[in-house]
Amino acid sequence: MSDVATRKNSRDGAAVAKNGTAPVSSKVSGPIESYRADFKRQPAAPDWLQSLRAQGMSRFDTLGFPTTKNEDWHFTSVASIAERTFRAAMTSKTGVSSEGSTAGMVARADLARFTFGEPAWHTLVFVNGEFSEHLSSYAGLGEKVRVNSLANSIRSGIGRPERHLGKIATFENHAFTALNTAFIRDGAFIELQADAVVEHPIHLIFVSEGQGEAISHPRNLIVAAENSRASIIESYISIRDSPYFTNAVTEISLGQGARIDHYKIQRESEKSFHVGTTQIRQARDSQLHSFSLAVGGLLARTNIYTSLDGDAATCTLNGLYLTDGVQHIDNQTSIEHLAPNCPSHEIYKGVLDGRSHGVFNGKVYVHPEAQKTDGKQSNNNLLLSPTARVDTKPQLEIFADDVKCTHGATVGRLDELAMFYLNSRGIGRETARTLLTYAFAADVLETIELEPMKKELERMVLARFASTAAA
Amino acid sequence: MLEINDLHAGIGDREILKGISLRVNAGEVHAVMGPNGSGKSTLAQVLAGNPSYEVTKGTITYNGQNLLELDPEVRAQNGIFLAFQYPVEIPGVSNAYFLRSAYNEIRKANGMEEVDPLEFLDLVEEKLKLVDMDQAMLSRSVNQGFSGGEKKRNEIFQMAVLSPRLAILDETDSGLDIDALRIVAQGVNTLRSPENATIVVTHYQRLLNYIVPDFVHVLSNGRIVKSGGKELALELEEKGYDWLQNVDVGAGAVA
Repeated sequence: MSDVATRKNSRDGAAVAKNGTAPVSSKVSGPIESYRADFKRQPAAPDWLQSLRAQGMSRFDTLGFPTTKNEDWHFTSVASIAERTFRAAMTSKTGVSSEGSTAGMVARADLARFTFGEPAWHTLVFVNGEFSEHLSSYAGLGEKVRVNSLANSIRSGIGRPERHLGKIATFENHAFTALNTAFIRDGAFIELQADAVVEHPIHLIFVSEGQGEAISHPRNLIVAAENSRASIIESYISIRDSPYFTNAVTEISLGQGARIDHYKIQRESEKSFHVGTTQIRQARDSQLHSFSLAVGGLLARTNIYTSLDGDAATCTLNGLYLTDGVQHIDNQTSIEHLAPNCPSHEIYKGVLDGRSHGVFNGKVYVHPEAQKTDGKQSNNNLLLSPTARVDTKPQLEIFADDVKCTHGATVGRLDELAMFYLNSRGIGRETARTLLTYAFAADVLETIELEPMKKELERMVLARFASTAAA
Repeated sequence: MLEINDLHAGIGDREILKGISLRVNAGEVHAVMGPNGSGKSTLAQVLAGNPSYEVTKGTITYNGQNLLELDPEVRAQNGIFLAFQYPVEIPGVSNAYFLRSAYNEIRKANGMEEVDPLEFLDLVEEKLKLVDMDQAMLSRSVNQGFSGGEKKRNEIFQMAVLSPRLAILDETDSGLDIDALRIVAQGVNTLRSPENATIVVTHYQRLLNYIVPDFVHVLSNGRIVKSGGKELALELEEKGYDWLQNVDVGAGAVA
């Protein structure tokens, strides 16, 4: 398989023998050593965090980067991440780098093309994983809502993030989450008290300023108490094309009756690497509405994992991934039905062009106590070129006897009959292709309730299809 | 307007049209009749430029142009319209968006300005009445969930909006009840003019009670075996196709 071949070719070509077995020389310190060194160089933190980071590092050391032998990574080789030595991203305060502040290198104008919605929306901007106060604006959230940078909370103890951090995003079997945990430093910390309703969406923008091969580990924590409600958007973007690496983790705790609409918009540089995990725990009657758009990255993986941990908790996980060129975009979802009467609905769609490779792996586990589960899952893919590829693996594991679950996956090409029908009405091939491709993606975008978000994504998707059809 | 000369065409290795010659002038309505499998629909598809069919021999000239060299969208932009026997469902594309795109593409190709959605709505309102369709259909996906009759009426509606110079109706009457048939025929008749021509492809004579043809051609086994006036259709109705099956008059053309 081709990914085995790439795994054998180290990027520098130096330390790997031709037969791919053992390094001939190990003079150059490998990437793992560089993570260890960076880990040790982190400035001191409160004991609880030192200890959590150490657990993360130790687990990452044991697990190492996953290989395609790992079932969860069967279709995605992360060799290009594993064999690369990323620099800890330059930041203003950590002292990891001596090159000074980078937050100042990103101006509001750089972000203009990535911001959308309405002026009243709350925006928190993170540059290379570090909170930028002067690029952010989030006034008027109300007294039941506390929004802070995680770094600030760690320093001041406000909100005591240690109560939740690392409790939802498990890293026992997740190397990238372990690695992120080893480098917890900053991100967004959003606390909603009971009955808090955040009227306007909170937009978290993670911008990589993209100088060289930098790595950042954004860590977000969202704690929504009983019956609270908010829409939260995470955008991952860059202002420069470069092979940087974003390794993000978001933990979300949903209290009884709480509702979070979570949007993840991954539009990183097409040279970059992105691994992002959103892990959610849902109490009874809570609602999670998740939408994931993945269009960026050379190699990108999005994990959305939720546990329906209380009676009648509901979730919808919808997503769209668009790949082109030599992109590889992998989407993994997991829904754990741990309690009875929980509906879960999932639609993921993929449009794959060029020589790109898309992956969908959706797991639904219905535990023995999860009677009356109503689970629906579907994954549909459209291949636009003969060299594009998709691997889809919907997985349904049911251990309860009174459930209603369906799942299915399709892979297809543009309908030539529909193409001719459009052509016969005077619509040329390019326009027809855009129209049909857009139509394929449209119904999953249609599920987005937040109107300005829907409009923005529709615009983005249409623009992307129009540009590739013309190419 | 249209001149077909010794046309041979088929799918893969299978030759379906085996030498068709036909001349259609502006202002005329031609009916192409024949039993199942005689090649009627193939002729319609080839005229519209369906890439699944391969033309192996012969020529088609349309307003002085070599039609076979033109892509289907260019043919449409030049005024050719095919009402499909089986209109295609396109989930996710609304009728309004679809038809406005078509309308504007055709205008653009003819050096005219595009119209905006509101202007377009004004323009289609009257055409909807012509085929007795509700405005609500505009926001529905193209042909999705439409009944057989609705699909056919939608074809005629599109034709009315795009106002082609040469309309080809492929079995538009099949699967229609008498009321729908009347509506469809009325739509077609309203659009008849001395500048336009229509080719009605049909198995049955009954549509021709409503759309009265100037010429009737009988297709059998990929050839036109008989041509005549409108009375030929009645004769076919009475005698069926059998009496013509074994007649091989070669390429019977009519001017």
